[in-house]
Amino acid sequence: MISKLKKNRTKLNVIALTFVLLVTGVTTSGCIDSEDELMLATTTSTYDSGLLDEIVPHFEEEYDVNVKITAVGTGQALELGKRGDADVLLVHAPDLEEEFVKDGYGEYRYEVMFNEFVIVGPEEDRANIHGLNDTDEAFDRIYDNRSSITFCSRGDDSGTHVKEIELWESAGFDYDDIESQEHADWYKSLGQGMGDTLRDADEMEAYTLTDEGTYISMQDEINSLDIHVRGDEALFNQYGVIPVNSTMHPEVNHEHAEEFAEWIISEEIQEMIGNYTIEGEELFTPNA
Amino acid sequence: MINSEILHVTLLSIFVSVSATLLASSMAVPLGTIMGLRKFRGREVIRTVTYTLYGFPPVVAGLLIYLLLSRQGPLGSLNLLFTPAAMIIAQMVLVFPIITGLTMSSVSEVAKDAKETALTLGANRWQTAKTVLNEARIGVISAIMVGFGRAIAEVGAVIIVGGNIKWHTRVLTTAIVLETRRGNFEYALALGVILLSVALLVFFVLKRYQDKGVKM
Repeated sequence: MISKLKKNRTKLNVIALTFVLLVTGVTTSGCIDSEDELMLATTTSTYDSGLLDEIVPHFEEEYDVNVKITAVGTGQALELGKRGDADVLLVHAPDLEEEFVKDGYGEYRYEVMFNEFVIVGPEEDRANIHGLNDTDEAFDRIYDNRSSITFCSRGDDSGTHVKEIELWESAGFDYDDIESQEHADWYKSLGQGMGDTLRDADEMEAYTLTDEGTYISMQDEINSLDIHVRGDEALFNQYGVIPVNSTMHPEVNHEHAEEFAEWIISEEIQEMIGNYTIEGEELFTPNA
Repeated sequence: MINSEILHVTLLSIFVSVSATLLASSMAVPLGTIMGLRKFRGREVIRTVTYTLYGFPPVVAGLLIYLLLSRQGPLGSLNLLFTPAAMIIAQMVLVFPIITGLTMSSVSEVAKDAKETALTLGANRWQTAKTVLNEARIGVISAIMVGFGRAIAEVGAVIIVGGNIKWHTRVLTTAIVLETRRGNFEYALALGVILLSVALLVFFVLKRYQDKGVKM
């Protein structure tokens, strides 16, 4: 009798488990149906700004398509495009993007918008760079004062890191030397995302290069860091949109990818991008 | 992040990790039992490989599965990339060696006595295996718990093969990464608490089997 009860209970448990799997499976796969899907690969900093959450639903509604957004590093986004795993890219590494299109992986590239990189650092500005709008001079001073300051680098080959390397080289330094062990006591290569890097820089009272959007969105938590350098043309961060080449990858959703590219540079959406704010500050300047 | 999204993310976490653990267990427990019961040539090698795979880096597992499921990869035509199925596969790969290895250890611990007793009582091979498995259930269910724990707490592999896509493949761990990166620490912590609660619930259910045994 008891064993029969136990047997029944096991059966009941199996039923309950099946139920759990069914319920969780069905409720979570509600949107995985045959509806048209567009796979958009973008970078973490773009996604983290919240801009796409704001504008993409308009596209979904207008074109009756479900946009799946994956936010990865710039290099990974381009790789997803090269392999045909994404239909359209929204990234910010102009040189790499042009190469991507030239090599035939992308149909074409439209400029969409830009935002600004800024050099932030501790309030007590020991490198004395506050108010400069010349990044060459700023990096010179940071290097000259290296014995008394710390500089945090993303160190992850992200768009921001690539930009930082450009800036060092433009100021006349050999980046391999900067990131060598010899400079490890002041130049910290973190290998982390922008948010983590800002937080660590805040803890270490260090200088770092950041996009303005992430800095603004995290201002509350990183209160020891101020913006010291901005406005140099070299600090502009240009975004581009690229539909993946459908000749190379016939399985990509080419139609919607092109529609997306045309849509994001349309007047209406450009205006929406320009009006997007975080904590009252505009993040992106549309320039399609 | 809104409430219905948190619910979705939580349910998807449960679905993916419970499925992965069940599927992995359905193969790993029988395999671990056989390896614990029988001595055969190459057993030590398999044992060593299994233990080594405990330390398989999730990101590497994720990358390998990504390359496999990518449109350019050998299984690209299945269109599994960036779906929950891909995440289940990734978690299975990670927990399979753990459940196999721990099952093997606990079975071989009770194997000798239980096997002899069962055989003395005239049990056949299948009945012996069942008896031994029931004797070893505390260890075996612990193995499944550890496997589930690894699955639900895993982030490196599922973020690569799932893509952390809202309403599709975002689970608790990848949502925690996102919210931390965005600076929403409160949300991230709240999601962490939800994850622990889910784990607690599952362990509570499994513990009942540990105490009372499984009747087959």
